[in-house]
Amino acid sequence: MDITVIAETTGDGLHPVTAQLVGAASSIGGTSTVLCPGGVGAAEAASIAGVTKVISVKGDCFSSFDGGAWAEALNSVAGGDVIMAAASPSGREIAATMAAMREIPIVQDATALGPGISVTRPIYSGKAIETSTISTPCVITLRANAFDAAGGGGNADVSTVNRSADVAVAVREAIAKASERLDVAEADIIISGGRGMGDPANFSHLNEVADIIGAAVGASRAAVDTWDEIPHSMQVGQTGKTVTPRLYIAVGISGAIQHLAGMRTSKYIVAINKDPDAPIFGVADYGIVATWEEALPALKAELRKL
Amino acid sequence: MVLRGIAVLMKQVPDTTAKITVSGGRVDESAISKWSFSPYDEYALESALQIKEAGGVDLIAVTCGPARAAKMLTDAAAVGADALVHVLVEDLSALDSTQVQAILAAAVKHTGADVVFCGKQAADTNAGSTGPGVAHLLGASCVTMVSEIAVDGDSFTAMRATADGNERIAVSSPCVFAFDKGTTELRRPNVRGIMMAKKKVIETMSPADLGVDMGGSSVSIDGHSPPPEKPPGQKFEGAESVATVVGKLRDEANVI
Ligand SMILES: Cc1cc2nc3c(=O)[nH]c(=O)nc-3n(C[C@H](O)[C@H](O)[C@H](O)COP(=O)(O)OP(=O)(O)OC[C@H]3O[C@@H](n4cnc5c(N)ncnc54)[C@H](O)[C@@H]3O)c2cc1C
Ligand SMILES: Nc1ncnc2c1ncn2[C@@H]1O[C@H](COP(=O)(O)O)[C@@H](O)[C@H]1O
Repeated sequence: MDITVIAETTGDGLHPVTAQLVGAASSIGGTSTVLCPGGVGAAEAASIAGVTKVISVKGDCFSSFDGGAWAEALNSVAGGDVIMAAASPSGREIAATMAAMREIPIVQDATALGPGISVTRPIYSGKAIETSTISTPCVITLRANAFDAAGGGGNADVSTVNRSADVAVAVREAIAKASERLDVAEADIIISGGRGMGDPANFSHLNEVADIIGAAVGASRAAVDTWDEIPHSMQVGQTGKTVTPRLYIAVGISGAIQHLAGMRTSKYIVAINKDPDAPIFGVADYGIVATWEEALPALKAELRKL
Repeated sequence: MVLRGIAVLMKQVPDTTAKITVSGGRVDESAISKWSFSPYDEYALESALQIKEAGGVDLIAVTCGPARAAKMLTDAAAVGADALVHVLVEDLSALDSTQVQAILAAAVKHTGADVVFCGKQAADTNAGSTGPGVAHLLGASCVTMVSEIAVDGDSFTAMRATADGNERIAVSSPCVFAFDKGTTELRRPNVRGIMMAKKKVIETMSPADLGVDMGGSSVSIDGHSPPPEKPPGQKFEGAESVATVVGKLRDEANVI
């Protein structure tokens, strides 16, 4: 089965999910051709094991994001039975547009794949899991961190094609994030604070823990809605970001169903809450019944010892 | 040029507080007691209402779904939707993305609207396919992750979230905007709005009425299941246990 993988890029290189897409393609017996939008990360893509070919797609349209234009430019190069992309906001948009252009179905946010092609994905914000069979040709986007990444050591051919498309969405102004902190959607470890933190200034304790272990800092909706200092980009949950980190630490978060929807698929969950009956303990692998005032200094000290 | 109309695509989904149960390998819809607007569709509707108030453009609420979804359209009328279109499909889960998009694009064409507002993803599918797909079918541009929007004639400026922050973008109609969480919550209806909405006619039609040839679905659902049960966690009392937990994270879970 020939699979076209749309590389997920971050400014000047490949996002780690790209190697996971290739790993997932190989796991269902596919060979991968990787398309690099704007040519970004082509050499890196060629070194991923299991990649047979890399096409560096260059064109003016790739200098800013217009999903319709990107899809049009990439679509003329994409071949094969299945197109795969990351279930990131841009990946979903490009993938959905390509599916519509080809009049083929798309399933977004797969967390497991099997031969056939069998696709597993969370629905109802993770409150249920759906397994379906999709016929080829089709488009599938994959959730980051749900698939094993392919290794290195590959040596695929890289070719370059020039393709562009008319850009309809003009970027007038880019407004950088207030903080340079890692985004929760990107992070392998997340520590999130809720209303129980009492004051937005207390998030500095979460930042300190995050700095020790290389984590991103997230928040519950109550924290985002209550305090202007906590931006929506930090919100985890049904109307925030869905995350699947290796470790999620919830501090002063009760564990409302809408919050759980965004983080319950994390590999390991630690909860720190003063209320022994808080629902968050129902999903926590390790629960600590304590106030954050007591627990966070201890956590910092222990993590520094590692 | 002025806008002809804004179609707001709204999906009725189980309320976010609803518990989802599975019986016989399928999500049991009959066990769901409360249905609501999909949360991001509320932001789409509120943004459209604000544009309508500023510029007098027609706002048409469009849904595709079973009979119960009519209630949601009436709720949209109560806050100010001018016209209501209901494409009746009893079992949405039997349709694949191509079919849903074909129906919604045809419904938008039917309304005459040149701008479409929708949610960035529906609370049941969590997909995010519809906005971009409908845009392609309508020959319209598409902007996703929108949190703020303003219009001048037929040109829009919008704020969208990106991996590095936000971007202010400009785009002209025809265009589809898929909304992220916005800056203002959906307004509540007043009594007059609720009374007026009861009288508002819902234009109900079938996909065939819209000239959509449905074909077959290319996706067949094998089954639904509850999320995998986690083995019960370990719970510790007091801050003294932090050292134990950190040790377990290192040695048992191998995550730090
Ligand atoms: C349509 C809709 C969408 C939503 N989407 C989201 C979403 O995306 N994400 C989200 O998070 N929520 C979402 N919510 C809101 C959700 O229902 C909850 O209101 C919210 O998650 C609660 O946040 P919280 O746990 O921080 O606050 P609370 O529920 O107020 O909990 C605070 C917790 O902190 C604990 N605490 C207090 N003091 C301390 C202390 N000193 N030390 C330790 N613990 C302490 C308390 O015991 C309590 O458990 C949504 C709601 C709706 C209706
Ligand atoms: N059946 C439907 N009826 C009306 N709008 C829909 C329907 N399905 C999807 N949409 C719209 O498209 C958005 C994204 O849906 P999805 O692609 O399923 O994640 C939703 O938030 C709605 O605005």
